[in-house]
Amino acid sequence: MEDVFSHFDLVLKAFWLTVQLAFLSGVAALVLGTALAAMRVGPIAVLRWVAATYVTLVRNTPLLVMCVFVFFAAPNVGLLTGTPFLIKGTIAVSLYTAPFVAESLRSGVNAVPLGQAEAARAIGMTFGQNMRHVVLPQAFRASVPPLASTLIAMTKNTSVVAVFGLAEATFRMRYFVNRNADDTMLIFVIFAIGYIVLVELISLGAVGLERRWKAAR
Amino acid sequence: MSGSVLYDAPGPRTIARHRLYTALTAVAVVAGIVGLVLFLDSKGQLAYSKWEQFVTPKYVRALLVDGLLKTLQMAFSSIIGAVLFGVVFGIGKLSDHRPVRWACALVVEFFRAVPVLLLMIFIFYTWGIGDGFGPYWSVVLALTLYNGAVLAEVFRAGVLAVPKGQAEAAYAIGMRKTQVMTLILLPQAVKIMLPAIISQCVVALKDTSLGYYIVAPGLTYIGKAMWTEFPGTHFQTAVVLAFLYISVNLVLTVVATWVQKRFVGEHKPLEVGMTALTTQASTVP
Repeated sequence: MEDVFSHFDLVLKAFWLTVQLAFLSGVAALVLGTALAAMRVGPIAVLRWVAATYVTLVRNTPLLVMCVFVFFAAPNVGLLTGTPFLIKGTIAVSLYTAPFVAESLRSGVNAVPLGQAEAARAIGMTFGQNMRHVVLPQAFRASVPPLASTLIAMTKNTSVVAVFGLAEATFRMRYFVNRNADDTMLIFVIFAIGYIVLVELISLGAVGLERRWKAAR
Repeated sequence: MSGSVLYDAPGPRTIARHRLYTALTAVAVVAGIVGLVLFLDSKGQLAYSKWEQFVTPKYVRALLVDGLLKTLQMAFSSIIGAVLFGVVFGIGKLSDHRPVRWACALVVEFFRAVPVLLLMIFIFYTWGIGDGFGPYWSVVLALTLYNGAVLAEVFRAGVLAVPKGQAEAAYAIGMRKTQVMTLILLPQAVKIMLPAIISQCVVALKDTSLGYYIVAPGLTYIGKAMWTEFPGTHFQTAVVLAFLYISVNLVLTVVATWVQKRFVGEHKPLEVGMTALTTQASTVP
């Protein structure tokens, strides 16, 4: 118990790394996921198949195996050899999360009532105008709750990178647990609370956005 | 569906343009795949010697029996536990008694918010290590608690999805609360929940891979053993592991979709955060 509190800076540092990893992966996953979603709802069949294949393959692969590709297999092939662990972790987590982001966004597009887009076309809007003024603004609003659960799951998933030696929160918990066999419960609760705070922050943000963006539907 | 929301049926000029785009992307995709294969070949990753162990009976047996079978066993045990946990806490969250409702909600929220790996490490170091129950049951227990918390929400949503009049009618003919739950609501709720439960199996199966960190048996453990025995075959091993996980998960997805069609009909699948609803819409790792 003494150990954790006298080295509390290590706990904070570990969570700071978790926050960095989650932020970087979140941004990368949103960009990649939006691209995938656009490919999946677009009119080009080949692009739809490519995106669908990526989504199916990655969604059914454990994150741990994705990490094996990024942390072990890529350096074996001569890629990512000098890359810092944080960047490798970001690559693994964001590649893994992108399909889930894409599916959340797609569900948002599907939530837009058909009649609205038809009405937009009927008054002569082009595809671009239709997307920009009618479909996308509503799609983003409808996607907020599923996107929030995706980002929450991703934040918890950053813990997997601990397995590959990045000293984020889960890695640090194992370190403390190893040194203080009598206090595992307390250490676990401290680290669990850290994650709960992160999760709550994301869901509060999402609820706020949802309330602000609430459209009459 | 998305297609019809976003664009009209294309006219002749648009069709021609789409053909051009299709040709261009097809070329880019083929070039990408060929480039990747050539790159891997130039690094010697496609040499038969690097893949030989995956067609050697001894290692194939290790992969399938000590790896895949153990992984399936762990996933199966934890789903059974999770369903029990989910029933108890899901119904608990619907209780008429406020303290029971709050206690159940607290437990469910806690296990949903904590990363599974963190939970697994804690369980292993507290009860699993030394004379404890070992890494296998640590994985199973951690997955039971996490997936149970998710399934509790599924059960709650399932019970709430049964039309309200059913419970009212049951009360009207003089049934008691327990009878209404066990005879009227639960049987129908289970039917609605089935696809979500099967989809949750995919999540449990993928998460068994985390046992790697506490040296639990399963596919990732065998994978590590194999790239230790054949140094430099991480890429090949990862490909084989991914292939096995994807195959099993696709089978589960097909089963979930079939069950959805067969038992639930055209209704939308239950939407609960953190559940892998594989059929459509929101899917969460």
